[in-house]
Amino acid sequence: MNIPSASAEAHQARAAGPLHYFALLKPRVMSLVIFTALVGMVAAVAAGASIHPGLAAASLLAIAVGAGASGALNMWWDADIDAVMARTVARPIPQGLVPRAEAAGFGLLLAALSVALLALASNYVAAGLLAFTIFFYVVVYSMWLKRLTPQNIVIGGAAGALPPVVAWAAASGTAPPDAWLLFAIIFLWTPPHFWALALYREGDYARAGVPMMPNVAGEASTKKQIFIYSLILVVAGLAPYATGLGGVVYLAIASAFGAGFLMLSWRVLKSAPRAKEAPKQLFAFSILYLFALFAALLIEDIYALYA
Amino acid sequence: MPDAPHQLTPDAQKKRAQRNIAIALGLAAFVLVVFLVTILKISGNIGASS
Repeated sequence: MNIPSASAEAHQARAAGPLHYFALLKPRVMSLVIFTALVGMVAAVAAGASIHPGLAAASLLAIAVGAGASGALNMWWDADIDAVMARTVARPIPQGLVPRAEAAGFGLLLAALSVALLALASNYVAAGLLAFTIFFYVVVYSMWLKRLTPQNIVIGGAAGALPPVVAWAAASGTAPPDAWLLFAIIFLWTPPHFWALALYREGDYARAGVPMMPNVAGEASTKKQIFIYSLILVVAGLAPYATGLGGVVYLAIASAFGAGFLMLSWRVLKSAPRAKEAPKQLFAFSILYLFALFAALLIEDIYALYA
Repeated sequence: MPDAPHQLTPDAQKKRAQRNIAIALGLAAFVLVVFLVTILKISGNIGASS
């Protein structure tokens, strides 16, 4: 473990600016959470729910801050892992800019405030779901599963998949099957997304002692599992059309991007051992895939509401 | 020789001032958001009951 000592931390922490604390919130993850939550909220309104735009904005802010709080608490807990991984070594705690205890306090405070704000701005169902999301990400994923099993991101993916359900509940007070369909898409998207990353960052995870699928089950098994999850994901991605959540525009986009996803995951399956290019392409495309599907739903719903 | 905790470098002083301003702005923003949410909820409830 290569974490600065408490006194060194206290000394270096004097050089930490507000942006270092903001970095604890994982802003890029937060932006994806805001986007998927926005889609969940607009879909709920398109389905008949009613929420004042000001309260909707406050609810989205609360969900975003809740996600950021999870990120800060994750960085507090995983500081030892972050310090040995090339992808995470530049984070504020491994750099000695923010003391671990401050990250923990910062995360807990924001978690409490975000849940309270969501309860005030919307309802207790949404606030309860947000609290559960934070708990699941920090305790179930970070503290328990991440260092225990290669299924860590499969189960832990539930935390990342919940924001649209939280937002749907914020607008409507309920979480109907269509909200859980959005959950299912993100949940099934998580394994191929992270395993593609793990395939070309395998050494990183192995060095940190994190049991990711490639360094536990092997590369060949991981590639097979990526392809199987991709098949299930693409089918789930088409399901919103069947339930009426998505229209023909959504169907066209989900089909086209689904075909692209399957093609790239097939290339990963057939790629040579230790080849990095195919997993890298799948990882990059997976982000585009999720964005495209949710953007299609958003555009269709906005069109239905205002056209 | 022990550290002198009160003697901050000019850069550390600047960063501390920035942190203090960020905390003040964050608190002010939170108070404003809670105030606005409360007003919106109250006005919504008044509208619903009248």
